[in-house]
Amino acid sequence: MNSQSSTTLRWFPAFMATGALLLLAVLMLGVQLSTENTELVVYFAASERWHLILAGAVLVFLVQLFRNPISAFWQGAKKHNPLSPFQLPSLDDNKPLKRLLISFVVAGLMVWPFFVSRGAVDLATLALIYVMLGLGLNVVVGLAGLLDLGYVGFYAVGAYSYALLSQYFGLDFWSCLLIGGVMAAIFGFILGFPVLRLRGDYLAIVTLGFGEIIRILLNNLTSITGGPNGISQIPKPTLFGLEFSRRAKEDGNVPFHEFFGIDYSSGYKVIFLYILALLLVLLTLYIINRLLRMPIGRAWEALREDDIACRSLGLNPTAIKLSAFTIGAAFAGFAGTFFAARQGFISPESFTFIESAIILAIVVLGGMGSQMGVILAAVIMTVLPEFAREFQEYRMLMFGLMMVLMMMWRPEGLMPMKRPHLKLKDHQSDKKDDASVNRQPIAESV
Amino acid sequence: MSQCLLEASDLSMRFGGLLAVDQMALKVRKGEIVSMIGPNGAGKTTVFNCLTGFYKPTGGKIIFQGRAVEKLPGFTIARLGVVRTFQNVRLFKAMTVLENLLVAQHRHLNTGLLAGLFKTPSFRKSEAEAMERAAYWLDKVGLTEFANREAGNLAYGQQRRLEIARCMVTDPQLLMLDEPAAGLNPNETRELDKLISDLRKNHGVSVLLIEHDMKLVMEISDRIYVINQGRPLASGTPEAVRSHPEVIKAYLGES
Amino acid sequence: MPESAYYFIQQLLNGLTVGSTYALIAIGYTMVYGIIGMINFAHGEIYMIGSYVAFAVLAGLALMGVDSIALMLAAAFIISIIITSTYGFAVERVAYRPLRNSNRLIALISAIGMSIFLQNYVRIAQGSRDIAMPSLITGGWTFGPADEFNVTLSYMQVVIFIITFITMTLLTLFISKSRMGRACRACAEDLGMTRLLGINTNQVISLTFIIGAALAAVAGVLLGLYYGVINPYIGFLAGLKAFTAAVLGGIGSIPGAVLGGLILGVTEAFTAGYFSSEYKDVVAFSLLVLILLFRPSGILGKPEVEKV
Repeated sequence: MNSQSSTTLRWFPAFMATGALLLLAVLMLGVQLSTENTELVVYFAASERWHLILAGAVLVFLVQLFRNPISAFWQGAKKHNPLSPFQLPSLDDNKPLKRLLISFVVAGLMVWPFFVSRGAVDLATLALIYVMLGLGLNVVVGLAGLLDLGYVGFYAVGAYSYALLSQYFGLDFWSCLLIGGVMAAIFGFILGFPVLRLRGDYLAIVTLGFGEIIRILLNNLTSITGGPNGISQIPKPTLFGLEFSRRAKEDGNVPFHEFFGIDYSSGYKVIFLYILALLLVLLTLYIINRLLRMPIGRAWEALREDDIACRSLGLNPTAIKLSAFTIGAAFAGFAGTFFAARQGFISPESFTFIESAIILAIVVLGGMGSQMGVILAAVIMTVLPEFAREFQEYRMLMFGLMMVLMMMWRPEGLMPMKRPHLKLKDHQSDKKDDASVNRQPIAESV
Repeated sequence: MSQCLLEASDLSMRFGGLLAVDQMALKVRKGEIVSMIGPNGAGKTTVFNCLTGFYKPTGGKIIFQGRAVEKLPGFTIARLGVVRTFQNVRLFKAMTVLENLLVAQHRHLNTGLLAGLFKTPSFRKSEAEAMERAAYWLDKVGLTEFANREAGNLAYGQQRRLEIARCMVTDPQLLMLDEPAAGLNPNETRELDKLISDLRKNHGVSVLLIEHDMKLVMEISDRIYVINQGRPLASGTPEAVRSHPEVIKAYLGES
Repeated sequence: MPESAYYFIQQLLNGLTVGSTYALIAIGYTMVYGIIGMINFAHGEIYMIGSYVAFAVLAGLALMGVDSIALMLAAAFIISIIITSTYGFAVERVAYRPLRNSNRLIALISAIGMSIFLQNYVRIAQGSRDIAMPSLITGGWTFGPADEFNVTLSYMQVVIFIITFITMTLLTLFISKSRMGRACRACAEDLGMTRLLGINTNQVISLTFIIGAALAAVAGVLLGLYYGVINPYIGFLAGLKAFTAAVLGGIGSIPGAVLGGLILGVTEAFTAGYFSSEYKDVVAFSLLVLILLFRPSGILGKPEVEKV
């Protein structure tokens, strides 16, 4: 195939590919199965579908036929205009500016909800939950390089911890936030301990199995978890004991609006939840950024690169992986607790594999390891379907396709990771650097 | 003679039907530089892998500082003070030179989660010490100017030196070098010779070496083991090995 | 014989029936893993597509007035195998081949993406509701006293055993006797070396995916007829079960996949029969976890030696 020049037309592959496409499409897209009066019937699908199939066939035929000239053109274009991965300008060297910028962004995010509709704030809160989940999974997948397909299980542990503890023991949101995180971390630790010495792809499947087991258990321990009906009437968070409902649920409690002497509005609750989510995300970001600069963060990266070298230096791979797995699980637990509080109702339906897949898609799209990327991806993934309702139907289709395409073209994600590098400060090393670049190869060739 | 640091006896390693190491005995005393030589495929690297816990030997004993280590996992053996380099250098290529040296000190550092999250004084102190030790070893192997470069971008000889430095920051008892001179030019090999001697003299490590460069081996070694087809062929001082008839026949004589 | 013995035999039969279809799907996982070392996560969806195609063919033939069951079955098998094989081939070509040399996790993520894509493609094309079909093959043999629990061996179960057996025999003959089969074995042994010897390994890999998909199609037709109900989501669970079977038997080993499938099927049937059918999936997953922890090479697999 390589010997073909760039002008050859590929008739044979073109016919083959088109034939294959027709085989793929005709009996799946081209016909419509349905059950009518216990009889199975099959129709020809609507004519638009057949037009779609034809158009697809023509497109595939032409692309395959002219693939050589097209790829030659593409290579040329690439050479002229190399696509460099997009990276945010680094502010690491300018600390005051960085701090100022961050404070502005945070202030903006805090003030913004007071000027927009309730729906928008609510959507933003949902997006923040996904940001939290994405950042948490990013620790496991992006930083430690462990593919966890059962991440949603820890999310469920957090959510159910709060729901059950408040239902049976009347614990409030704030203590449960901590407990939920710790519970999820404990689950992560216990489940991770035996399986983390498995090879990467086995680990992925085992975690998937764990996620499913947790969900099935929640579904079937009906007497405790309510089974498929879930748990409802989970209390909302309070602000230092102040409730956001119209009337206080407990005697002697004053609702938020009465305490401050303002009119009741359900908007306060929404904004309060949003700000709470924002604070949780900020806390998550702070912790992850600290972790990256700590020995454990370096060890994660080292382990991702070469676990044999790590072992030869006395690093215990299982312990290091376990730390990532546990920390990631803890973030899912926090997110789960918050999710339960925000929804007021949870059921095993919310914790299916698809949810894990969506979170993974966020990490993959954003760029494994990159925090800005994950935030951006989480926002896109939650907000986009809301803007285009028709898109909802195709959402998972697009997610799947995107995961495949991203792995082919940009496995490092839209915004690849840029890890903070520790620098050796003394010894005016930078000045010498340039000279050595020129000197070294010469010395090498002697 | 000074005390025994590492002693392997009856060491055997079998892969399916292949007996890669057969009844190998090996001893490294404190402060010694010991070499293993032998043709390619003789099983030298397999012996290394057994001694460092990457393979579980199918037979025999390995005693390090009076402790049986043949069943321990690799990272534990490394923590006891046996660290190694690899035939094809294994650096953390996408990390900087400096970070390679920091990762290696992982177990000496303050890895407490809370200490790191809140940047407690003890955490800062521990990080500063790690930096200092890294800086010291960078200087020692002449890589200071490349500290902030990605390790993968270093020239081959520099990568080899960095790998040795990375071992040294762990403060080892026994340094095991797998063909450290492979791919180096004569100049660099001389440097390496000096570096190894210096490590022994000033940093108290013993060295176990696999090497094909005869000049280096003969110059630097206190004792040499000759291995052929997984079996020890001869051992002794360089002079003794050089004049050993079997060795001349099997190994040196042909070249 | 006491009643409990009849009950036991019934569960065993049910388990072997489902287990033999797991085995068919598991072979697809095991062959692909044996050759290119990746988990073809989308394989379960291929099975699901096989079911859909078979249903479409059966319904189409029924509308055309064909009433010979043998003819309908033959057509369903052949067309389902052809189309599903094309899917298997296309998936490898589009989503896996470009990633052949990258990291395992990258390929696995792509496979997960492919799985999600195919599932939703069928959902959008055919709707997410269950599609049911009246049984094509009814009746069976009943053993045991009339007033107590009876063992029933349905004709459908017999068909499943026979077809599975024929398929396995053909596969074994192909792998052991044909030139292409020999190439497959060589690739499983050492892909790089086989390429150096001048064998078109890409062809062999494509063939592996095609064979795997064809076997999944056979399972799809059989299970579709057995249960009589399909939906776009059946592939996920079936795929996971079949993967468990492959790992249980020793991934990379074809007899292992068969053994694993049967063991898993029987285990599930006994869990459902003696404990609770809700927990049969939990048992399957727990089996997967346990086997990976304590014997990752499975029952018949060879342990892997790490290359330092």
